[in-house]
Amino acid sequence: MNPGLGLAALAVVVTATIAFGVYGLRLSRGTSDFYVASREVSPLWNAAAIGGEYLSAASFLGVAGLVMAYGVDMLAYPVGYTAGYLVLLLLVAAPLRRSGAYTLPDFAEERLGSLAVRRVAAVLVAVIAWLYLVPQLQGAGLTLETVTGAPRWAGAVVVAVVVVGVAAAGGMRSVTLVQGFQFWLKLTAIAVPAVFLVLAWRSAGAPALTGPDVPRFGRTTVVTLQDPVRFDVTAPVTVTATGTVDGRPYTGRELTLGDGKHTAAGGTALTFPPGAAVPHRDGLRPASGASWSSPLSGAGGRAHPLYALYSILLATLLGTMGLPHVLVRFYTNPDGRAARRTTVLVLVLLSAFYLLPTLYGALGRVLAPQLLLTGQTDTAVLVLPQLTQAGEGGRLLAALATAGAFAAFVSTASGLTVSVAGVVSQDLLRGSTKGFRWASLAAGVPPLVMATATHGLPVADAIGLAFAVAASSFCPLLVLGIWWRGLTDLGALLGLVAGGGLAAVAVVLTSVRGAGRGWSAALLEQPAAWTVPVAFAVMVAVSLLTRHRLSPPAVDRVMLRMHLPEEVVTGPPPLPTPRRTPTPGG
Amino acid sequence: MPTMKSVITVVSVTLVIAGAAAALFWLVRGRRAFGTPVERAAFAALHEASLAAPLLRDGLTPESARKAARHLRALLAAPALALVAGDELLAWDGAGRRHAAQAVAHTRDAMEAGRPWLVPADEIGCADLDCPVRSAVVVPLVVDGLVVGALTVYARQVSAGLVRAAGEVAHWVIAQLELAELDRSRTRMVEAELRALRAQISPHFVYNSLTAIASFVRTDPARARELLLEFAELTRYSLRKHGEFSTLAEELRSVDRYLRLERARFGARLRVDLLIAPEVLPVAVPFLCLQPIVENAVRHGLGPKAAPGLITIRAEDAGAECRISVEDDGVGMDPEEVRLQLAGEAEGDSLGLGNVDERLRAVYGDDYGLVVETAPGAGTKVNVRVPKYRNGVHAT
Repeated sequence: MNPGLGLAALAVVVTATIAFGVYGLRLSRGTSDFYVASREVSPLWNAAAIGGEYLSAASFLGVAGLVMAYGVDMLAYPVGYTAGYLVLLLLVAAPLRRSGAYTLPDFAEERLGSLAVRRVAAVLVAVIAWLYLVPQLQGAGLTLETVTGAPRWAGAVVVAVVVVGVAAAGGMRSVTLVQGFQFWLKLTAIAVPAVFLVLAWRSAGAPALTGPDVPRFGRTTVVTLQDPVRFDVTAPVTVTATGTVDGRPYTGRELTLGDGKHTAAGGTALTFPPGAAVPHRDGLRPASGASWSSPLSGAGGRAHPLYALYSILLATLLGTMGLPHVLVRFYTNPDGRAARRTTVLVLVLLSAFYLLPTLYGALGRVLAPQLLLTGQTDTAVLVLPQLTQAGEGGRLLAALATAGAFAAFVSTASGLTVSVAGVVSQDLLRGSTKGFRWASLAAGVPPLVMATATHGLPVADAIGLAFAVAASSFCPLLVLGIWWRGLTDLGALLGLVAGGGLAAVAVVLTSVRGAGRGWSAALLEQPAAWTVPVAFAVMVAVSLLTRHRLSPPAVDRVMLRMHLPEEVVTGPPPLPTPRRTPTPGG
Repeated sequence: MPTMKSVITVVSVTLVIAGAAAALFWLVRGRRAFGTPVERAAFAALHEASLAAPLLRDGLTPESARKAARHLRALLAAPALALVAGDELLAWDGAGRRHAAQAVAHTRDAMEAGRPWLVPADEIGCADLDCPVRSAVVVPLVVDGLVVGALTVYARQVSAGLVRAAGEVAHWVIAQLELAELDRSRTRMVEAELRALRAQISPHFVYNSLTAIASFVRTDPARARELLLEFAELTRYSLRKHGEFSTLAEELRSVDRYLRLERARFGARLRVDLLIAPEVLPVAVPFLCLQPIVENAVRHGLGPKAAPGLITIRAEDAGAECRISVEDDGVGMDPEEVRLQLAGEAEGDSLGLGNVDERLRAVYGDDYGLVVETAPGAGTKVNVRVPKYRNGVHAT
């Protein structure tokens, strides 16, 4: 890819972010009419803002990569990410908005009146945000490496510095208009190249996506490996190699790779003849189009597909409500009615967006099968436009995709950094402006260290793990706290520690160890299916055992506030609004 | 690289475990024993007292009494202890619960006399010689000259030491109850001030608004009607009876109405800029906390100024709090005068700023007072910070 254009795209996104951060409030249009000022966030724009903050590296890069490598089972991720909003709307949104709590620790204190639960919730918010930030930074590193060949850590550092810097300088207070803009940028960046992708697929004779054959190179293809790769050859193939294969140096000589495992050093270029079956990276099993497109087939070599599917669905459906940066958005709606309309629009926008990564994943198997060899399926969205469109057009499309990717990293990362810095500064540093700056550093630095020290998991899987921790800690707290009078402070505390703790340990072990085999690995890689029930069970059991700690009048008060519709609470209806007539000098 | 990987594994697992241990320690806060036995006894007594103090600061209620009685009994090392308010038993802690029915009767003499009283064994009349509740010392709790209740300490044999200790503990309880009464009267005072502020729609403003409206009645009847409705809405909001808190949206709407009426009078001389981040509109803020600030800007900042003036009101989202500022480019103020106003020592009619400052501090703590940036001739900017969430603060 042309590094100049890619860097220009990166620079534009970064500059725009900083400029919006500094002049953000100016954008919310100075006006002398408060009625206009307060109505200016329409449900559509608000929904776009939610989408803008929510669609992260996982959505932009990860979904396409996983679908390409492991087949339609991975659609559980986009389905769960989207449907999570429905669960949020049905169970949590309106009562939480009425409770007056702005963050999850606020809710814990409001409902249970306990500072200990509040502190545990604050720690969990920080943990979830860190886990969520790590794949964003890794995605940034991967993108910058793909675009310019810079080392893996460079992109992570750029995004971390921009996000923490802007947050600490006091800008980027999750301005609704900016986030809305980011959504449309991301949608454009993924939709426009997709059109050309479909055209390229048609002009290649529309090769079958679901046929009985494994992925094959459509024409003579030169594959340049950026990193050392171990790969499996299933049918002997004669390639031209420049570089080091199986420890021996080659300079443009022909070489026959027999069945079995081979290694190639970084920088090696391999030229495959047309029709050759694509060797797959170690750990990835070649799947026929038919098995790739049939559910629960375990295509790509993932064990226990049924368990994994349910676990992913549970984590994403229930985890959305526990993400620190999601709740705040609902406060931008002027009332509950607008909140419901916003959620419906969010569902529409997210559904439309998620069609596109899926398309990239499917077409990637026929248009860029070499990604299965390099293992960098997460870069499908970035490299596909250029592989299919020769010349300037392809470069421009690739630059557009790069801009979209960086918009995804920066918007999600800044939303998260601001949320977690707010919680950390309030609960751990006794809330001050200076505290907020330190808290921004505390929010940004640990994920940067984690992102540069480990890189094993596909981006969407890593984000799924953050959802799993949220689903097994805050989902029980919110659902039981809102819908069950019997929840006690001790029950909530132990449930949070048990569910969140178990899920976090599983996540840390998985991300350090990398993917494994067998049931124990499956349970650790997708922990939600067992940690969510454990968290619910602990909360209910301990609450029943400590029933004497309940104070019925206090529970009555909170429940009433959360469940009584606003119309009942507010006073008499307003006087008729005067018709505005143009006035001189007004 | 397996070695690198295992190093990372070990380091991160260690970090997780250390973090969890630190968090648990921080939550549980273990206490170790140290010092001589005498010191330890003193620490134990002080600790029990510190546990009972916040409970008693809520006043004498069955719940606070039930929880505090346990600590008071530990403090006295007595077998049983009762707290009585008026002719109701609030709490009985310790052994011999079957005597609880007569606990109120035991205190009658002491409460009538208003001084400590011994209840002899024959009055309690326990047939069981091993019962720890055979005699008692009753100390009446006298707060502000009124007997509000009594503290009864039961023992098998009341010693002179126990009488002395019971008296001291009762004095300490009385001190806590007096502080509780002080808290209550301070809250009442803040509420009274709020009521006073509500009634305090400035007479100048009423007069000026009505004359401005009158001037439009013939020339522009539609505008006059519009302004009258604004005036009615503003009055209704300012005089509403319920609720100590309102939403920022409501407050801004009321400020907007106020400024519309002022603009009817000032015309093109008054320009207003509202820069409001929509995220903070639902935040709960103290009722009528902005209008006095804006009124101050109009009357004292722009009123004396001949040239057209601009008022800028900003509200933005800042993490866990919301920042609001009201800025005018008027004549400015002497910082010393502002200091006096905020301290509540200023003379004249502009009590608005001091009142808002005091109410903000009363609700959110001393960190959240008004910050005023001003100098003569340099305009004025008043900054308000409000936490988005505070336990017990709800807009109504």
